[in-house]
Amino acid sequence: MNFRAIQAIYLFEMARTWRTLLQSIVSPVISTSLYFVVFGAAIGSRIASVEGVSYGTFIVPGLVMLSVLTQSISNASFGIYFPKFIGTIYELLSAPVSPLEVVIGYVGAAATKSIILGLIILGTAGLFVPLHILHPVWMLTFLVLTAVTFSLFGFIIGIWADSFEKLQAIPLLVVTPLTFLGGSFYSVSMLPSGWRTVTLLNPVVYLISGFRWSFYEISDVSIELSVFMTLTFLVVCMGLVWWIFKTGYKLKK
Amino acid sequence: MSPIISVSGLTKSYASGFTALKSIDLDINRGEIFALLGPNGAGKTTLISIICGIVNPTSGTVLVDGHDITSAYRAARSLIGLVPQELHTDSFETVWATVNFSRGLFGKPKNPALIEKILRDLSLWEKKDSKIMELSGGMKRRVMIAKALSHEPQILFLDEPTAGVDVELRKGMWEVVRELRAAGVTVLLTTHYIEEAEEMADRVGVINAGEIILVEDKAKLMQQFGKKRLKLHLQSRIDAVPVALAPYHLELRNGGMELVYTYDTKSERTGITSLLSDLRDAGIRFADLDTVQNSLEEIFVNLVRK
Repeated sequence: MNFRAIQAIYLFEMARTWRTLLQSIVSPVISTSLYFVVFGAAIGSRIASVEGVSYGTFIVPGLVMLSVLTQSISNASFGIYFPKFIGTIYELLSAPVSPLEVVIGYVGAAATKSIILGLIILGTAGLFVPLHILHPVWMLTFLVLTAVTFSLFGFIIGIWADSFEKLQAIPLLVVTPLTFLGGSFYSVSMLPSGWRTVTLLNPVVYLISGFRWSFYEISDVSIELSVFMTLTFLVVCMGLVWWIFKTGYKLKK
Repeated sequence: MSPIISVSGLTKSYASGFTALKSIDLDINRGEIFALLGPNGAGKTTLISIICGIVNPTSGTVLVDGHDITSAYRAARSLIGLVPQELHTDSFETVWATVNFSRGLFGKPKNPALIEKILRDLSLWEKKDSKIMELSGGMKRRVMIAKALSHEPQILFLDEPTAGVDVELRKGMWEVVRELRAAGVTVLLTTHYIEEAEEMADRVGVINAGEIILVEDKAKLMQQFGKKRLKLHLQSRIDAVPVALAPYHLELRNGGMELVYTYDTKSERTGITSLLSDLRDAGIRFADLDTVQNSLEEIFVNLVRK
C-alpha cells in the first residue's frame, strides 16, 4: 500500500478546502441557517409537532443529511473532475498508485469535508433548537457511512462527466429532488398511503430515517433496513469504482 | 548492455479503427539519451503514454527495468518521471506544494533539501511560493520537469520538452538533461526540434505512421545517411558551370562566387580528387573551401518521405 500517495492526495484535496473556505464551509452553513429560519421558525411555528418532536427539532437530521449528501457528491465529483478537466490527471495515472489508494485519497478527503460540515451544521442547528441525540454512536456511524457512500457516488459522477454541465446534472436533477422528497422536512407517515409506497423507492428515505432514529428514536423504516440499504448503496458504488479503474472508463484512452 | 525499457509487439488501436501504433519493437538502453523523432500524429506521445500507464495498449508488452507495466505497474512506474507535452498544471497551487505533492504521490518520503536543489537547478527557487498561474509558460514547463524529477526517477520522459520555450531557456534545459544523464538517468525525449536531438541524443529513433522505421546511433546515422557538401569559394565570378564539369552536378551560388558539390560519404569514391583536378583544367581557381555535414533534419525528412 502506497500510504504516502494516499496522504499526498488527501492533504492536497484538504488544502483545496481550506483555500476555498467560503465556498466549502461558510456557504452551506448560511444555506442551512436560512432553512431553519424559513422552515423552522416561519413555517415550523404553525406545525405543532411531528411524532412528539417539535418541527424545528424534527428537521435537524434531515437538514444535516441534505448538506452531507450534496456536499459529499459535490466535493468528490469536483475533486476528480478538475484534474481531468485541466489535464493533471496524467500524473495520477502515471504514478505507482493503485485504484484503491486513489479512491481512499479522494473519497477520504471529500467525506472528511462533509463530516466536518455536517457537524458544523449540527452545531449551527443547536443555536436554533435544543438538540437531543439518543444514540450518538449510531449518529456518527450514519454520518460517516453516508458521507463515504455519497463521496464514492460523487467520484463516479466526476469520472463520468465530460463537461461542467454533466457534473451538475445528476446532483441537481436527481440527488437534490430525491433528498427533498426523502423525508428531510417531513415524516413519510404524513403522506397519503399511495405516495408513502412511492417514497419507499427513494434510497435517501432510508438514510434520513436511520439518521433521525439515532437522534429521536423515530423513523419511517426500521433501523436494520436503513443500515442495510446504506450498505447496499455503498457496495454498489464500490463495485462501480472498481469497474471504472479496471476498464479505465473515461480515464484512459 | 541490458535495455532499461523493452517494448515488443506493442500495438494500439482505437474503436474508430485507427491504429496509432503498429507492433512496435524498441529497446532503450540504460543511461542513454534517446530521441524519438517523427511528424505530428506519428505515435510518439501514444508510445510514451502507454509506457507510463496513461493509455491502455491493445496488445504487446513493455518491460521497464524488467517490470511489466501492467502486472508490475508499481515497480515500473516508480522508475519513470514524465514531462508531458501539454502544460498541465494546478494553477492555484504554489510551486513548492505541487512539486512536493508529486514526490508524495510516488511514495517517497519528504525531502525538502532535494526539492530545493531541483528548484534551484531549474531556476525556480525564487518562485517557490508563487502560484503556478502567476508563472510564464517557460517557468510552467520547468515546474513540470521539477515535478517529474521530484521522485528521483531512473528514467525521464520528455515529450516535446522545449516546445514554446525560448532559445536561452532551451539551452538551459539541455544542460539539465545532460547533468541527469551524467547522474545515470536514462532520458527519452520526443521532439520536433531536430537540433535538440542532434545536440543531445546518443541514439535516434524515427517513428512514422505508427511504425518505428529506424533506430540508430546518432553519429552512425549521420554518417550513414549523411551527405556532405563541399563548398568552393571562387577567386573570381563565373557566369555558368562549364560543360566539362556537368557530371558533378555542381550548384552555382552566391552570385557566381561559390560552387557547391554534394557527395555521399558512404561511397568509396567521393569524386573530390577528380573534381579538383577538373576544376584546375577548366581554369577555375578557388580561394577557400569547406565541407558541411547534412543535418539530422534533412536525414529525417528524407526518411519519412520514403
